[in-house]
Amino acid sequence: MIVAVASGKGGTGKTTVSASLAATWERPLVAVDLDVEEPNLHLFLKPSLVSIETVNLEVPVLDAERCNLCRACTELCQFKALAIFGKTLMVMPEMCHGCGGCFEVCPTGALKPGSRELGVMEIGHSRGSIPCLTGRLRIGESMSPPLMRQIRHRMAEMATDMGADVIIDAPPGVSCPAMNAVQDSDVILLVTEPTPFGFHDFQLAWEAFTPLKKPMGVVINRAGLGDDRAYAFCKAKGLPILAEIPYRREIAEHYAKGGLLAELDNKMRWTFARLQEGLDRLHKEVIHA
Amino acid sequence: MPKIAVTSEGPTLQDAVDPRFGRAGGFIVVDTDTMATSYVDNGASQVMAQGAGIQAAENIVNAGAEILLTGFVGPKAFAALQAAGVKVGQNLENLSVGEAIERFKAGSVSFADAPNRESHS
Repeated sequence: MIVAVASGKGGTGKTTVSASLAATWERPLVAVDLDVEEPNLHLFLKPSLVSIETVNLEVPVLDAERCNLCRACTELCQFKALAIFGKTLMVMPEMCHGCGGCFEVCPTGALKPGSRELGVMEIGHSRGSIPCLTGRLRIGESMSPPLMRQIRHRMAEMATDMGADVIIDAPPGVSCPAMNAVQDSDVILLVTEPTPFGFHDFQLAWEAFTPLKKPMGVVINRAGLGDDRAYAFCKAKGLPILAEIPYRREIAEHYAKGGLLAELDNKMRWTFARLQEGLDRLHKEVIHA
Repeated sequence: MPKIAVTSEGPTLQDAVDPRFGRAGGFIVVDTDTMATSYVDNGASQVMAQGAGIQAAENIVNAGAEILLTGFVGPKAFAALQAAGVKVGQNLENLSVGEAIERFKAGSVSFADAPNRESHS
Protein backbone atom coordinates (compact mmCIF):
# COMPACT_ATOMS: atom_id res chain seq x y z
CA MET A 1 0.00 0.00 0.00
CA ILE A 2 1.25 3.46 -0.89
CA VAL A 3 -0.10 6.28 1.28
CA ALA A 4 0.39 9.90 0.17
CA VAL A 5 0.07 12.46 2.96
CA ALA A 6 -1.11 15.70 1.35
CA SER A 7 -2.86 18.86 2.48
CA GLY A 8 -3.51 21.85 0.27
CA LYS A 9 -2.41 24.42 2.86
CA GLY A 10 1.19 24.19 4.02
CA GLY A 11 1.98 23.82 7.69
CA THR A 12 -1.07 21.75 8.56
CA GLY A 13 0.95 18.77 9.78
CA LYS A 14 1.81 16.55 6.79
CA THR A 15 5.31 15.88 8.05
CA THR A 16 4.20 15.46 11.66
CA VAL A 17 1.70 12.81 10.55
CA SER A 18 4.05 11.17 8.00
CA ALA A 19 6.90 10.84 10.50
CA SER A 20 4.77 9.32 13.26
CA LEU A 21 2.99 6.98 10.86
CA ALA A 22 6.35 5.82 9.50
CA ALA A 23 7.89 5.31 12.93
CA THR A 24 4.94 3.25 14.19
CA TRP A 25 4.13 1.37 10.97
CA GLU A 26 3.71 -2.32 11.64
CA ARG A 27 4.91 -3.69 8.30
CA PRO A 28 8.05 -3.10 6.21
CA LEU A 29 8.03 0.46 4.99
CA VAL A 30 9.84 2.99 2.78
CA ALA A 31 9.48 6.62 3.92
CA VAL A 32 9.66 9.11 1.05
CA ASP A 33 9.94 12.89 1.21
CA LEU A 34 8.60 14.23 -2.10
CA ASP A 35 8.45 17.84 -0.90
CA VAL A 36 11.66 18.36 -2.87
CA GLU A 37 11.60 22.15 -2.57
CA GLU A 38 11.95 21.96 1.18
CA PRO A 39 12.26 18.39 2.43
CA ASN A 40 11.94 18.10 6.20
CA LEU A 41 10.82 14.55 7.02
CA HIS A 42 14.44 13.71 7.91
CA LEU A 43 14.30 16.21 10.79
CA PHE A 44 11.95 13.80 12.58
CA LEU A 45 13.00 10.39 11.21
CA LYS A 46 16.71 11.34 11.56
CA PRO A 47 18.01 8.80 9.05
CA SER A 48 21.69 7.94 8.87
CA LEU A 49 22.72 8.83 5.35
CA VAL A 50 23.83 5.94 3.13
CA SER A 51 24.17 7.69 -0.23
CA ILE A 52 23.59 10.93 -2.12
CA GLU A 53 23.08 10.67 -5.85
CA THR A 54 22.92 13.52 -8.33
CA VAL A 55 19.77 13.44 -10.46
CA ASN A 56 19.95 14.78 -14.00
CA LEU A 57 17.44 15.43 -16.76
CA GLU A 58 18.21 14.70 -20.40
CA VAL A 59 17.91 17.96 -22.33
CA PRO A 60 18.79 18.83 -25.94
CA VAL A 61 22.12 20.30 -27.02
CA LEU A 62 22.31 21.77 -30.52
CA ASP A 63 24.75 20.81 -33.24
CA ALA A 64 24.04 23.97 -35.28
CA GLU A 65 25.81 22.72 -38.40
CA ARG A 66 23.33 19.87 -38.76
CA CYS A 67 20.19 21.95 -38.11
CA ASN A 68 18.22 22.74 -41.28
CA LEU A 69 15.66 24.92 -39.44
CA CYS A 70 12.81 22.53 -40.34
CA ARG A 71 10.85 23.48 -37.17
CA ALA A 72 9.86 19.89 -36.34
CA CYS A 73 11.24 20.28 -32.79
CA THR A 74 9.87 23.78 -32.17
CA GLU A 75 6.40 22.68 -33.22
CA LEU A 76 6.57 19.66 -30.92
CA CYS A 77 7.96 21.35 -27.81
CA GLN A 78 5.14 22.46 -25.49
CA PHE A 79 7.46 24.39 -23.17
CA LYS A 80 9.26 26.80 -25.54
CA ALA A 81 12.60 25.15 -24.80
CA LEU A 82 13.25 25.35 -28.55
CA ALA A 83 12.44 28.29 -30.81
CA ILE A 84 13.61 29.53 -34.20
CA PHE A 85 14.42 33.20 -34.70
CA GLY A 86 15.85 34.29 -37.99
CA LYS A 87 18.39 31.65 -38.98
CA THR A 88 18.99 30.43 -35.44
CA LEU A 89 17.49 27.55 -33.49
CA MET A 90 17.58 28.68 -29.88
CA VAL A 91 17.78 25.97 -27.25
CA MET A 92 16.80 26.92 -23.69
CA PRO A 93 17.69 23.84 -21.66
CA GLU A 94 16.39 25.36 -18.40
CA MET A 95 12.85 25.33 -19.89
CA CYS A 96 13.02 21.65 -20.91
CA HIS A 97 10.82 19.09 -19.14
CA GLY A 98 12.81 16.16 -20.55
CA CYS A 99 10.17 14.43 -22.69
CA GLY A 100 12.80 13.47 -25.28
CA GLY A 101 10.42 14.23 -28.17
CA CYS A 102 12.80 16.62 -29.95
CA PHE A 103 15.44 13.89 -30.35
CA GLU A 104 12.82 11.69 -31.99
CA VAL A 105 11.45 14.21 -34.49
CA CYS A 106 14.77 15.80 -35.56
CA PRO A 107 15.44 14.45 -39.07
CA THR A 108 19.11 15.49 -39.20
CA GLY A 109 20.42 14.43 -35.79
CA ALA A 110 21.10 18.05 -34.85
CA LEU A 111 19.92 17.59 -31.27
CA LYS A 112 22.14 15.56 -28.99
CA PRO A 113 21.40 14.54 -25.43
CA GLY A 114 22.94 16.76 -22.78
CA SER A 115 21.98 17.07 -19.15
CA ARG A 116 20.67 19.52 -16.59
CA GLU A 117 21.18 18.85 -12.91
CA LEU A 118 17.83 18.72 -11.12
CA GLY A 119 18.99 18.03 -7.59
CA VAL A 120 19.90 15.06 -5.46
CA MET A 121 18.37 11.89 -4.11
CA GLU A 122 19.37 11.06 -0.55
CA ILE A 123 19.00 7.53 0.76
CA GLY A 124 19.29 6.71 4.44
CA HIS A 125 18.02 4.43 7.16
CA SER A 126 15.90 5.49 10.09
CA ARG A 127 15.50 3.53 13.31
CA GLY A 128 17.57 0.67 11.96
CA SER A 129 15.09 -0.61 9.43
CA ILE A 130 13.16 2.12 7.65
CA PRO A 131 14.72 3.19 4.33
CA CYS A 132 14.25 6.92 3.83
CA LEU A 133 14.28 8.43 0.37
CA THR A 134 14.53 12.20 0.05
CA GLY A 135 14.50 14.40 -3.04
CA ARG A 136 16.24 17.75 -2.76
CA LEU A 137 15.82 20.24 -5.62
CA ARG A 138 18.91 22.14 -6.81
CA ILE A 139 18.76 25.80 -5.79
CA GLY A 140 17.86 27.74 -8.94
CA GLU A 141 16.02 24.83 -10.56
CA SER A 142 12.46 25.93 -11.27
CA MET A 143 10.73 22.59 -11.93
CA SER A 144 10.21 19.94 -9.31
CA PRO A 145 8.17 17.23 -11.15
CA PRO A 146 11.12 15.90 -13.24
CA LEU A 147 13.12 15.27 -10.05
CA MET A 148 10.04 13.85 -8.33
CA ARG A 149 9.50 11.40 -11.19
CA GLN A 150 12.98 9.95 -10.69
CA ILE A 151 12.52 9.71 -6.91
CA ARG A 152 9.20 7.93 -7.49
CA HIS A 153 10.88 5.49 -9.85
CA ARG A 154 13.44 4.56 -7.16
CA MET A 155 10.66 4.44 -4.56
CA ALA A 156 8.79 1.84 -6.64
CA GLU A 157 11.94 -0.27 -7.06
CA MET A 158 12.69 -0.21 -3.33
CA ALA A 159 9.11 -1.01 -2.32
CA THR A 160 8.94 -3.93 -4.76
CA ASP A 161 12.33 -5.33 -3.67
CA MET A 162 11.41 -5.18 0.01
CA GLY A 163 7.73 -6.02 -0.33
CA ALA A 164 7.20 -2.82 1.61
CA ASP A 165 4.47 -0.25 2.01
CA VAL A 166 5.28 3.41 1.27
CA ILE A 167 4.48 6.64 3.07
CA ILE A 168 4.93 9.75 0.95
CA ASP A 169 5.26 13.17 2.55
CA ALA A 170 3.81 15.28 -0.29
CA PRO A 171 4.42 18.96 -1.04
CA PRO A 172 1.64 21.42 -0.15
CA GLY A 173 -0.61 23.04 -2.73
CA VAL A 174 -2.68 21.54 -5.52
CA SER A 175 -0.48 22.29 -8.53
CA CYS A 176 1.83 19.98 -10.52
CA PRO A 177 4.16 18.97 -7.64
CA ALA A 178 1.25 17.98 -5.36
CA MET A 179 -0.51 16.07 -8.14
CA ASN A 180 2.77 14.37 -9.03
CA ALA A 181 3.30 13.26 -5.43
CA VAL A 182 -0.09 11.57 -5.02
CA GLN A 183 -0.16 9.92 -8.46
CA ASP A 184 1.21 6.52 -7.40
CA SER A 185 -0.68 6.30 -4.12
CA ASP A 186 -3.37 3.79 -3.20
CA VAL A 187 -4.75 6.03 -0.47
CA ILE A 188 -4.52 9.81 -0.02
CA LEU A 189 -4.44 11.05 3.55
CA LEU A 190 -5.46 14.71 3.74
CA VAL A 191 -4.19 16.61 6.76
CA THR A 192 -6.15 19.75 7.54
CA GLU A 193 -6.76 22.17 10.37
CA PRO A 194 -10.14 23.71 11.21
CA THR A 195 -9.02 27.30 10.49
CA PRO A 196 -10.43 29.41 7.63
CA PHE A 197 -7.26 29.03 5.51
CA GLY A 198 -6.94 25.36 6.39
CA PHE A 199 -10.54 24.69 5.42
CA HIS A 200 -10.31 26.71 2.19
CA ASP A 201 -7.25 24.82 0.95
CA PHE A 202 -8.63 21.50 2.19
CA GLN A 203 -11.59 21.98 -0.16
CA LEU A 204 -9.19 22.80 -3.03
CA ALA A 205 -7.17 19.66 -2.32
CA TRP A 206 -10.30 17.52 -2.22
CA GLU A 207 -11.42 19.05 -5.53
CA ALA A 208 -8.00 18.52 -7.16
CA PHE A 209 -7.56 14.91 -6.01
CA THR A 210 -11.15 13.68 -6.47
CA PRO A 211 -10.77 13.04 -10.25
CA LEU A 212 -7.95 10.58 -9.44
CA LYS A 213 -10.63 8.30 -7.92
CA LYS A 214 -8.44 7.24 -5.02
CA PRO A 215 -9.82 6.66 -1.54
CA MET A 216 -9.19 9.64 0.75
CA GLY A 217 -9.11 9.85 4.52
CA VAL A 218 -8.68 12.90 6.74
CA VAL A 219 -6.60 13.87 9.75
CA ILE A 220 -7.80 16.96 11.58
CA ASN A 221 -4.81 18.61 13.21
CA ARG A 222 -5.11 21.38 15.82
CA ALA A 223 -8.58 20.06 16.61
CA GLY A 224 -10.45 22.43 18.90
CA LEU A 225 -9.24 25.51 17.02
CA GLY A 226 -11.49 27.36 14.57
CA ASP A 227 -14.91 26.08 13.61
CA ASP A 228 -16.82 23.00 12.46
CA ARG A 229 -16.80 23.56 8.71
CA ALA A 230 -14.13 20.92 7.97
CA TYR A 231 -16.18 18.35 9.92
CA ALA A 232 -19.38 19.27 8.07
CA PHE A 233 -17.56 19.08 4.74
CA CYS A 234 -16.18 15.60 5.53
CA LYS A 235 -19.64 14.43 6.48
CA ALA A 236 -21.21 15.86 3.32
CA LYS A 237 -18.58 14.32 1.04
CA GLY A 238 -18.37 10.99 2.84
CA LEU A 239 -14.73 11.53 3.82
CA PRO A 240 -13.77 9.46 6.87
CA ILE A 241 -11.94 11.34 9.64
CA LEU A 242 -9.28 8.82 10.65
CA ALA A 243 -7.59 10.84 13.38
CA GLU A 244 -7.80 14.07 15.32
CA ILE A 245 -4.75 15.71 16.84
CA PRO A 246 -5.74 18.17 19.56
CA TYR A 247 -4.52 21.77 19.68
CA ARG A 248 -2.21 21.47 22.66
CA ARG A 249 0.92 23.28 23.76
CA GLU A 250 2.81 20.05 24.68
CA ILE A 251 2.41 18.86 21.08
CA ALA A 252 3.97 22.05 19.70
CA GLU A 253 6.83 21.84 22.22
CA HIS A 254 7.46 18.18 21.38
CA TYR A 255 7.45 18.97 17.65
CA ALA A 256 9.82 21.91 18.10
CA LYS A 257 12.35 19.55 19.68
CA GLY A 258 12.11 17.19 16.70
CA GLY A 259 10.09 14.63 18.66
CA LEU A 260 7.74 12.12 17.09
CA LEU A 261 4.15 12.85 18.01
CA ALA A 262 3.32 9.14 18.31
CA GLU A 263 5.90 8.95 21.09
CA LEU A 264 4.55 11.88 23.12
CA ASP A 265 2.13 9.82 25.20
CA ASN A 266 -0.09 6.73 25.10
CA LYS A 267 -3.00 8.65 23.71
CA MET A 268 -0.98 9.75 20.69
CA ARG A 269 0.43 6.24 20.20
CA TRP A 270 -3.14 4.96 20.17
CA THR A 271 -4.20 7.72 17.73
CA PHE A 272 -1.57 6.64 15.21
CA ALA A 273 -2.33 2.93 15.63
CA ARG A 274 -5.97 3.72 14.86
CA LEU A 275 -4.89 5.86 11.90
CA GLN A 276 -2.97 2.96 10.40
CA GLU A 277 -6.01 0.70 10.87
CA GLY A 278 -8.16 3.30 9.15
CA LEU A 279 -5.79 3.51 6.17
CA ASP A 280 -5.71 -0.29 5.87
CA ARG A 281 -9.50 -0.33 5.94
CA LEU A 282 -9.78 2.31 3.19
CA HIS A 283 -7.32 0.38 1.07
CA LYS A 284 -9.13 -2.94 1.53
CA GLU A 285 -12.51 -1.43 0.73
CA VAL A 286 -11.16 -0.40 -2.66
CA ILE A 287 -9.60 -3.77 -3.40
CA HIS A 288 -12.88 -5.51 -2.56
CA ALA A 289 -15.08 -2.97 -4.31
CA MET B 1 10.63 52.83 -42.58
CA PRO B 2 10.20 49.65 -40.58
CA LYS B 3 7.23 48.31 -38.69
CA ILE B 4 7.20 48.97 -34.94
CA ALA B 5 5.53 46.79 -32.32
CA VAL B 6 4.56 48.45 -29.04
CA THR B 7 3.42 46.45 -26.01
CA SER B 8 -0.02 47.78 -25.18
CA GLU B 9 -2.69 47.39 -22.57
CA GLY B 10 -5.36 47.90 -25.24
CA PRO B 11 -5.95 48.21 -28.98
CA THR B 12 -5.69 52.01 -29.47
CA LEU B 13 -2.85 54.55 -29.58
CA GLN B 14 -4.34 56.16 -26.45
CA ASP B 15 -3.85 52.99 -24.42
CA ALA B 16 -0.91 52.74 -22.06
CA VAL B 17 2.32 50.97 -22.95
CA ASP B 18 2.20 47.62 -21.16
CA PRO B 19 5.42 47.51 -19.11
CA ARG B 20 5.64 43.73 -19.51
CA PHE B 21 6.86 42.22 -22.76
CA GLY B 22 6.17 38.47 -22.50
CA ARG B 23 2.89 38.85 -20.67
CA ALA B 24 1.75 42.07 -22.36
CA GLY B 25 -1.97 42.30 -23.11
CA GLY B 26 -1.17 42.79 -26.78
CA PHE B 27 0.91 44.62 -29.35
CA ILE B 28 0.06 47.57 -31.52
CA VAL B 29 1.95 47.20 -34.76
CA VAL B 30 2.51 50.48 -36.61
CA ASP B 31 3.57 50.88 -40.21
CA THR B 32 5.70 54.02 -39.94
CA ASP B 33 5.22 54.92 -43.62
CA THR B 34 1.44 55.03 -43.55
CA MET B 35 0.93 55.20 -39.75
CA ALA B 36 -1.61 52.39 -40.20
CA THR B 37 -1.97 50.37 -37.01
CA SER B 38 -3.04 46.84 -36.28
CA TYR B 39 -3.48 45.03 -32.97
CA VAL B 40 -2.00 41.64 -32.14
CA ASP B 41 -3.58 40.00 -29.11
CA ASN B 42 -1.06 38.35 -26.78
CA GLY B 43 -3.60 36.64 -24.54
CA ALA B 44 -2.26 33.16 -25.32
CA SER B 45 1.18 34.13 -23.95
CA GLN B 46 -0.35 35.61 -20.80
CA VAL B 47 -1.68 32.26 -19.66
CA MET B 48 1.41 30.18 -20.47
CA ALA B 49 3.08 28.51 -17.50
CA GLN B 50 6.49 29.28 -18.99
CA GLY B 51 7.99 30.61 -22.20
CA ALA B 52 5.71 33.67 -22.48
CA GLY B 53 8.63 35.87 -23.57
CA ILE B 54 9.64 33.45 -26.31
CA GLN B 55 6.03 33.18 -27.51
CA ALA B 56 5.63 36.97 -27.50
CA ALA B 57 8.86 37.34 -29.49
CA GLU B 58 7.52 34.86 -32.06
CA ASN B 59 4.26 36.83 -32.22
CA ILE B 60 5.90 40.15 -33.07
CA VAL B 61 8.36 38.58 -35.53
CA ASN B 62 5.41 36.93 -37.29
CA ALA B 63 3.69 40.33 -37.41
CA GLY B 64 6.71 41.64 -39.35
CA ALA B 65 7.93 44.07 -36.70
CA GLU B 66 11.62 45.04 -36.73
CA ILE B 67 11.49 47.35 -33.73
CA LEU B 68 9.96 46.73 -30.31
CA LEU B 69 9.03 49.46 -27.86
CA THR B 70 8.22 48.24 -24.35
CA GLY B 71 8.94 48.44 -20.64
CA PHE B 72 10.96 45.44 -19.54
CA VAL B 73 12.42 42.49 -21.42
CA GLY B 74 13.87 39.40 -19.78
CA PRO B 75 17.06 37.64 -20.87
CA LYS B 76 15.56 34.76 -22.90
CA ALA B 77 13.16 36.99 -24.81
CA PHE B 78 15.96 39.51 -25.38
CA ALA B 79 18.23 36.82 -26.84
CA ALA B 80 15.37 35.66 -29.07
CA LEU B 81 14.67 39.20 -30.30
CA GLN B 82 18.37 39.74 -30.99
CA ALA B 83 18.56 36.51 -32.99
CA ALA B 84 15.54 37.69 -34.99
CA GLY B 85 17.18 41.07 -35.62
CA VAL B 86 14.50 43.01 -33.71
CA LYS B 87 15.77 46.20 -32.07
CA VAL B 88 14.52 46.70 -28.52
CA GLY B 89 13.62 50.07 -26.96
CA GLN B 90 13.06 49.54 -23.22
CA ASN B 91 11.91 51.58 -20.21
CA LEU B 92 9.02 53.18 -22.11
CA GLU B 93 6.37 52.42 -19.49
CA ASN B 94 4.25 55.31 -18.15
CA LEU B 95 3.62 56.54 -21.71
CA SER B 96 0.71 55.99 -24.04
CA VAL B 97 1.40 53.91 -27.14
CA GLY B 98 1.02 57.05 -29.27
CA GLU B 99 3.54 58.95 -27.12
CA ALA B 100 6.04 56.10 -27.34
CA ILE B 101 5.77 56.14 -31.14
CA GLU B 102 6.23 59.93 -31.23
CA ARG B 103 9.29 59.57 -29.06
CA PHE B 104 10.71 56.97 -31.45
CA LYS B 105 9.99 59.13 -34.49
CA ALA B 106 11.70 62.08 -32.81
CA GLY B 107 14.79 59.88 -32.51
CA SER B 108 14.88 59.94 -28.74
CA VAL B 109 14.53 56.18 -28.11
CA SER B 110 17.85 54.45 -27.58
CA PHE B 111 18.14 50.77 -28.33
CA ALA B 112 19.30 48.34 -25.74
CA ASP B 113 22.15 45.90 -26.05
CA ALA B 114 21.17 44.01 -22.89
CA PRO B 115 17.96 42.93 -21.16
CA ASN B 116 16.77 45.03 -18.22
CA ARG B 117 15.14 42.25 -16.22
CA GLU B 118 16.52 39.16 -14.50
CA SER B 119 15.37 35.70 -15.37
CA HIS B 120 12.29 34.39 -13.54
CA SER B 121 13.86 31.03 -12.93
